[in-house]
Amino acid sequence: VIERIREIAAQYPDSRSAVLPALRLAQEERGHLDREAFEEVAFALDLTPAYCTGVASFYDMFHLDPVGAQLVEVCTNVSCALVGAQQVLEAFESELGIRAGETSEDGRFTLRTVECAGGCGWGTVVAINHRYREPVRADDVPAIVEELRSAG
Amino acid sequence: VPVEPLVLKGAEDGDLTQIDDYRAAGGFESLAKARAMEPAKIVDELLASNIRGRGGAGFPMGKKASFLAKGTGKPTYLVVNADESEPGTFKDREIMFRVPHRLIEGCLITAHGIESKNVFIYIRGEYLHEFEILRAALDQVREADLLDGVTIVLHRGAGAYICGEETALLESLEGKRGQPRSKPPFPAVQGLYASPSLINNVETVATVPLIIEMGGAKYTKEGVENSAGTRVFSLSGNVVNGGNYELPLGTPLRELIYDIGGGIPDGRALKAVIPGGSSVPVLTADQVDTALDFDSMAAAKTMLGSGAVIVIDDRCCMVQLGLRVAQFYMHESCGKCTPCREGTRWMVQILEKIEDGRAEYEELDLLLDVCDRILGKCLCPLGDAAAMPVASYVDRFRDDFRRHIDEGGCPFPDSPLDHVLAPVDQHAHDVHVLA
Repeated sequence: VIERIREIAAQYPDSRSAVLPALRLAQEERGHLDREAFEEVAFALDLTPAYCTGVASFYDMFHLDPVGAQLVEVCTNVSCALVGAQQVLEAFESELGIRAGETSEDGRFTLRTVECAGGCGWGTVVAINHRYREPVRADDVPAIVEELRSAG
Repeated sequence: VPVEPLVLKGAEDGDLTQIDDYRAAGGFESLAKARAMEPAKIVDELLASNIRGRGGAGFPMGKKASFLAKGTGKPTYLVVNADESEPGTFKDREIMFRVPHRLIEGCLITAHGIESKNVFIYIRGEYLHEFEILRAALDQVREADLLDGVTIVLHRGAGAYICGEETALLESLEGKRGQPRSKPPFPAVQGLYASPSLINNVETVATVPLIIEMGGAKYTKEGVENSAGTRVFSLSGNVVNGGNYELPLGTPLRELIYDIGGGIPDGRALKAVIPGGSSVPVLTADQVDTALDFDSMAAAKTMLGSGAVIVIDDRCCMVQLGLRVAQFYMHESCGKCTPCREGTRWMVQILEKIEDGRAEYEELDLLLDVCDRILGKCLCPLGDAAAMPVASYVDRFRDDFRRHIDEGGCPFPDSPLDHVLAPVDQHAHDVHVLA
């Protein structure tokens, strides 16, 4: 990972610019950003772990706590909400047996709401591990969850 | 209405994500033409075209390019803002997944025009699919030897609306928290790495090849006065055919919503329209004949913004709309300026109180007062983006607000925005596993 981070850093006039891509790499390796991840990124870019933590905590896509293997994100911003995002969210809550913001006990699923995902005319937008599904209606949710469960 | 698309030209006829198809459709011919021109001539064409920025602020691109500091001894950077995050807006995404090569061609032409060798495309982190398409397109361009010494770096964001603000974007690109800088110095003088930088939106840059092809003088004849060319309008909300539609500027809102968008579903009535993304003041149903251009929107006391048209039907509660909009900006406030950081929180609290029927009439004035104390008092427009629309909901739909107070609760039982869970609420609620 350290080698890969330094390769990325070489693309920029200042290696500090590689902090976001480096944090993303570390997160992909570990699932979330723990103390060791910050130490690794800091070491690779000659920064401090505190600095890297400060940057990571600013951005919604960095996870400072463990998340499920499948991250289910439902957009509940205005355009999606106008076409039933809350019902979609509630359908996921009931199918997954967890509430928005939670991770299932077996660690397989995290469900959360997100701000505008940029699929407004095709709402409701649902992102599963950052792959968009659109439009999703509440009726579609049981089949989606079944698919995710059978995918292991 | 026969409409000839410019930015999305040819995307209906072929797979323009492939360089061969894009070239067969005339792609990269503008680049060849541009590279045979003096750089200053490119900027002249942009000035002649009168193209205004498509990100939201509408600043003329040619003027911005002409502001770039010369002879500083530092490199000049071109930064493409692909951090599309304004609620209601999804046009840049469509441009990137359908005509990625046109964006890259626009980057290369613009880079030539401003004599830059370094281009950064800052794409929002959530747009994974679009990032992959752009990366593949860029690989094809590299293999085709079209870069001519220019480097284009695709830089992914990580989830922060504020990074669409140009100076916050620069901070983020420099590996920092995405908090806006104070201006001056403007990016044209001290932008990325304290060097002269031109920052433009995806749609703006993707229009550049057409401007070079047509010539600026011809381009400016498209659209209407002060609003040259076409826009890719994002249509969403309570409308039959949501989607992106490229139309000449000056097209009446009614045409987009009814003729193209198919009108309001289930025979319901139009209540309101947000014409330029969630940060702009709302229009009432009787303003639906307003034209989609900068001046007509300004005359209607709103803005064209990012060209995101959100249609709202008569079930919707405008207090709930205000609350959801305020929750968004509260979530996305970077925390640097007190009026925005604290004001958006106050807005949410007052709106919750009104929605619950716990408010007094004075609190409507308090809400407007809070909006007024945010407006124009921060380093960047994020706070304004919360205050302007919410103040307009109170102003133009005051009866909705009054009824909550008079009736001790929300009088709109079928509103789709009822108790919609926003990320700011999600963080607050207790961990609870259902049995």
